[in-house]
Amino acid sequence: MTGKSVLKRLDWLTVLFYVLLLTIGWVNIYSSTFSESDSSIFDFGTLHGKQLFFILTSFASIVILLALEANFYERFSSVLYIISMVLLLGLFVFGKTIAGATSWYDLGFFNLQPSELAKVATALALAKYLSDIQTDIKRNKDQLYAFLIILIPAILIIPQPDPGSALVFFSLSFVIFREGLPIYYLGIVFFAIMVFVTTLMFGTIWITISIALILVIFFLLKKKKFRVPIIPTVIAVVLTILFSLSVDFVFNNVFEQRHRDRFSLWLRLEKDPAKLEHIRKTIGYNTYQSEKAIESGGFFGKGFLEGTRTKGDFVPEQHTDYIFSTVGEEWGFLGTATVVLLFTFLLLRLVYLSERQKTGFARMYGYGVISILLVHYFINIGMVIGVLPTIGIPLPFFSYGGSGLLFFTALLFIFLKLDANRLKEGI
Amino acid sequence: MKKLLLSSIIVIIGITFLGRLSYLQIFSFSPDQVLEDPAIKRVYDYPERGYIYDRNGKLLVGNDPAYDVMVIPREVRELDTLELCGLLKIDKEKFKKELRKARIYSPRLPSVFVPQLSKEDYAMLQEKMRHYAGFYIQKRSLRYYDTNSGANVLGYISEVNERDLTKNPYYVQGELTGRTGVEKVYEDILRGRKGVQYIQKDRFNRDIGPYKNGTLDTLPEQGFEINITIDKELQEYGERLMVGKWGGIVAIEPATGEILSMISGPTYDPSLLVGRKRSANYSKLHYDSISKPTFDRSISFEKSPGSPFKAINALIALQEGAITPSTSFTCHHGFFIGRHKKGCHCGGGARNLNNGIYLSCNAYFVGVYKKIFEQFPSNSEAMDAWEKHVKSFGLGSYLGSDLYTGRPGTVPSTDLYNKWYGVGDKRWSATTTYSNAIGQGEVNVTPIQLANMTAAIANRGYFFTPHVLKKVDGKKIDIPDFVEPKYTTIDKRHFEPVIQGMADVYHKGTAKYVQIPGIEIAGKTGTVENYVKIDSVRTQLTDNSVFVAFAPVDNPKIAIAVYIQNGYYGSRYAGHIASLMIEKYIKREITRTDLEKRMLERTLEHEYAKPYSGKEFKINEYDWSKHSSVYKLQNNQSEE
Repeated sequence: MTGKSVLKRLDWLTVLFYVLLLTIGWVNIYSSTFSESDSSIFDFGTLHGKQLFFILTSFASIVILLALEANFYERFSSVLYIISMVLLLGLFVFGKTIAGATSWYDLGFFNLQPSELAKVATALALAKYLSDIQTDIKRNKDQLYAFLIILIPAILIIPQPDPGSALVFFSLSFVIFREGLPIYYLGIVFFAIMVFVTTLMFGTIWITISIALILVIFFLLKKKKFRVPIIPTVIAVVLTILFSLSVDFVFNNVFEQRHRDRFSLWLRLEKDPAKLEHIRKTIGYNTYQSEKAIESGGFFGKGFLEGTRTKGDFVPEQHTDYIFSTVGEEWGFLGTATVVLLFTFLLLRLVYLSERQKTGFARMYGYGVISILLVHYFINIGMVIGVLPTIGIPLPFFSYGGSGLLFFTALLFIFLKLDANRLKEGI
Repeated sequence: MKKLLLSSIIVIIGITFLGRLSYLQIFSFSPDQVLEDPAIKRVYDYPERGYIYDRNGKLLVGNDPAYDVMVIPREVRELDTLELCGLLKIDKEKFKKELRKARIYSPRLPSVFVPQLSKEDYAMLQEKMRHYAGFYIQKRSLRYYDTNSGANVLGYISEVNERDLTKNPYYVQGELTGRTGVEKVYEDILRGRKGVQYIQKDRFNRDIGPYKNGTLDTLPEQGFEINITIDKELQEYGERLMVGKWGGIVAIEPATGEILSMISGPTYDPSLLVGRKRSANYSKLHYDSISKPTFDRSISFEKSPGSPFKAINALIALQEGAITPSTSFTCHHGFFIGRHKKGCHCGGGARNLNNGIYLSCNAYFVGVYKKIFEQFPSNSEAMDAWEKHVKSFGLGSYLGSDLYTGRPGTVPSTDLYNKWYGVGDKRWSATTTYSNAIGQGEVNVTPIQLANMTAAIANRGYFFTPHVLKKVDGKKIDIPDFVEPKYTTIDKRHFEPVIQGMADVYHKGTAKYVQIPGIEIAGKTGTVENYVKIDSVRTQLTDNSVFVAFAPVDNPKIAIAVYIQNGYYGSRYAGHIASLMIEKYIKREITRTDLEKRMLERTLEHEYAKPYSGKEFKINEYDWSKHSSVYKLQNNQSEE
């Protein structure tokens, strides 16, 4: 097997999306960290210069990733998983705190974020476990093990605190569903989120009333032959109402004020203009500023390096989590739509690639890659444009940050290597 | 199914994002957001407001530098409030109130904190201001008046209010704008255009350089200086004559329609409405509800014109062929309306056009008025024709002048009488409306309309829209509406006999004691019965003294109307004042110094105090004592 043959079978369409996203991302990091005094784009003293260095490093790592044997990843996934869990544990002792989160190792020239490594390792380990010939996902014990693989890193990460990354691990449960976990598990989770949100917005009373209405309509319309399982229905209704009541309780008694504020900002619960103004200036400041910056871009945007709010650093963390607001301000709807479409195409392409895999491992890993990228993209842009509450999580290939970029690249190109190798497997 | 789940989630998320983004960037987007952008600060460079000169190039209004203390609330830091209050000469309550007000207006835009400091205060503050973050001093220019008169013409400027701000986006808080008079009407010419510099700021509100390299910045455009048609000397003289008298004087140059002077009494010194004391002074003037100094009587005071209006009836009658100059009526020291006798002061006897005018015979003009009606098959047609003629002299309209305020007056019409008396030829007639014959009835005019009417007579049949703007930036204006003559409906030939009558007013008529040596004047006195409502009781006060005149008769340089409230008979105040004004304008000096002294010194304050005294009072006192009579405040006395 030569390197040349890998390049031939590589899915270049995915590579194209990857390069486009990296390029657009870097241009916007350049804009948001630009200052008139900068001498050259290769000045590694500047943030955009550093990011350029990380991009070049990522390209170099791609060569290594593709050169390795395809079954190396499958074979060493457990080792990788254990190493990353050790690294996560090590944070409690040696971790470096940046912006309130103890998520980094200080390696001198750059800060390593082991949770990024853990994402790749967990995706690999999960794929490996599920594709094992002895695993049967219909068995409760195996379901439990699968979930444990996800839960261990999540639990280690939550106290850092880094709830965003923890969410990413939960998202890997998509893989388990794809592989046969009954779909109604997902339905229950989705239903619970719905009840949670609607309770906050309308209150338990309205949920009870609407359930009653639905039941009445259902009984009026149902065919006579259709027998309703009375007891499970009653239990479901009672559980729903109890859950709804507990939401109120948890929201008012367990949540801290900043959490409440985030939710009330997200769901537009606060109607008092004075309080709203206060929220905008404190906990909602980022979201408000980024929404305003995006809005001020209009359809065509203000142009490269012309974003006044970007220049004035009105949006905090703009080169990292809020990089998308620079796209919005300087490139307008044309720019934001392009980025959203690129992500959509990339993800759909990855779904297609996963489905054509010959081995379970490759397919499940593919789904892991999609889940991780999707959750990052969904939460990040959703937060920046104000449709989701504030959860700090970077935008893949876009946000400033070395370890993030390296591991997203690794995540993607390990899968592309597996894909390039699919025809050789099993012969 | 499971294969499709993830794909459909991806697509749904994409659609949701695109929907939200198009809502933000397409539907919520408004292009003038640059105005709200907190990242862009605008720094203004104010041009100097244009100077105002009189018709002869004498300065009326100039500028003085002034300094406003501005505040940007969100930049205000901990400070020694007491010390700052001391420097600004305000108390702590006021300090808090102003700061709250500024914060409500906008936490990040500058608001005026203390307006218009004097030069001395500024000198003292200048050094210390930089210690107070969020406060700074903005230089502006204030109006400076090189005259103490003409307040009603010139108007004044004051800070823009909420309404101005919403009406005209040009203004920002703290800027000045014309409020009335010339300052208001020619605001755009005088103001110029402020220059704007856009400065890019960061979120700590620090300047980080010009926005877009200053390509959007503009330079200030200077305001233009203007000359107004007012004669400074005449205006000042007229105001001195009006001291202690209520009423209006308007003098117009008949050949151009230029307003030479426009005096309202009582008035105020324009420099009262400048600077920090402006609002206190304004309240004092505005809430003086008895003498109403801010009410411009020269253009807004609507009253019966009295006898000067007889000239119009004479012209209408001549035009309609109702009379010839020699048609005569006999005056029996009065005339009969039905069985009621109405009085006349002319002395009685046969009256024709000439002595009818110069003796101001009521009986003659009631006869003339009836004759006019006889020319038409019906009363309503006669009324329509009469109304059309009267209106052609500019009565009953705003005249289209460039004065900010004003009233249209009233000219009665067929509709009005139909409404009052009912429709039909039997319901009302010339007899019913005879008051119009002598300018006492439903006709109401303002002094400027009277002056304009006189100018039309002086021109023998046309007038120019009265106006106050003469030159802009030293160049003569050519606004079509001001340079095209407006013709009356009366032929030129009918004017001579009427003017002869008016000239004889001076030779042998009601104004023979107010002649000016060496100037040939034509004029007409008026003594207008004056009814007001006091506590909703119709009460008669001393007559209003009215006079209209133009001079010289053959080549009129000035047409003037003088309306003195409660001045009693026409020549007593109005006639004298008019003659002094004419002499001042034409000769530039006064020969009759004893008359001048008397007019300057006499006031009518005692007349104006009468209705407010709460006691019984006499009207029309001193002269013609046989006609004076006692009127009780409570009793509703009928006329004569």
